[in-house]
Amino acid sequence: MILLYLKLFWTFFQIGLFGFGGGYAMISMIQGEVVGRHHWMTNGEFTDIVAISQSTPGPIGINSATYVGYTSLTNAGYAPVWGALGSLIATFAVVLPSLILMLAISRFFMKYKNHPVVEQTFMGLRPAVIGLLAAASLLLMNAENFSTPGQNPWQFFISVGLFLFAFIGQQVYKMNPILLLVLCGLSGLLLL
Amino acid sequence: MCPGSILYYIMWELFKTFFHIGLFTFGGGYAMIPLIETKVVDEKKWIDREMLLDLIAIAQSCPGVFAVNISIFIGYRIKGTAGAVVGALATSLPSFIIILAIALFFQQFRENEYVDRFFRGLRPAVVALIAAPVFRMGVRAKITLRTIWIPMVSAVAIWMFGVSPIYVILIAGLAGYAYGQFIKE
Repeated sequence: MILLYLKLFWTFFQIGLFGFGGGYAMISMIQGEVVGRHHWMTNGEFTDIVAISQSTPGPIGINSATYVGYTSLTNAGYAPVWGALGSLIATFAVVLPSLILMLAISRFFMKYKNHPVVEQTFMGLRPAVIGLLAAASLLLMNAENFSTPGQNPWQFFISVGLFLFAFIGQQVYKMNPILLLVLCGLSGLLLL
Repeated sequence: MCPGSILYYIMWELFKTFFHIGLFTFGGGYAMIPLIETKVVDEKKWIDREMLLDLIAIAQSCPGVFAVNISIFIGYRIKGTAGAVVGALATSLPSFIIILAIALFFQQFRENEYVDRFFRGLRPAVVALIAAPVFRMGVRAKITLRTIWIPMVSAVAIWMFGVSPIYVILIAGLAGYAYGQFIKE
């Protein structure tokens, strides 16, 4: 069991260290390690993790580390309490590289943010980051989140309506984003 | 650190804020940006919009969980290493608790029809909340008619051609440096 904990720690430390490019890129890395290399769970069980991560709050990297940590122990026949410890170890391991790296970078940035080279670099970066944000929202405007007029017209039009409501509520009326999320979720519960 | 002291108060505020953000971040790291904007920039005034943009670039070009990277940076800015640890902990804790509870008690959570319907309504709102800051932050980044092609080209490269955001950040950073060094002077 100790060996399994060590393996979990090492695997998720590596995923935290080399997981570039956000949640979904990380997911495929975790899948490769957890299903392909270590056989801690089946592909079907892994798909469940992705689905659960999408329908619960929180970063996908944290969600899947927590779930894999638990499932890998219980699949190996250990009691749930050891599974919970596995969750804790995997989650800690995935955050640790970020903590070390970001601390170093934050220190550097705070010290040199007024240095001309750093300033010029960030002058170029800022407009590109706006593009990054635009791309992130464009990528999410897909059938999975909105359905399509052909597939399910009712869901599609309600989704577009909720999108416009949340967009205008946030942009024009500066409504609290959490309130908007809850309102749209409740509308979904009633209408979809 | 005793209750009542200023340090205790700041740490508690930091923890509460990021716990809140972690709890309501649905659908990946970018979904936390509007929440950070409201809570950290407008309400608490811990950082300004310009720094938030710099921070997104930094967090995106570092490995690891985007949302955690952002909270570490903001925590560090407010209260050094201890602040960074509190930020990372507070952002991870809600998902840790929820997922562990699901794994322990409700394996059927996903098949629940009401949960499913709630999320179908929630998802378009998540997309809208990610889209809204694009325009607000565009103003802060001092984008003019002369520079508007930069965000447009970046967005199209990522959205239509599947270019990794890391390359976009690398190229934009180098171009900004080169422009400042060789053209402007």
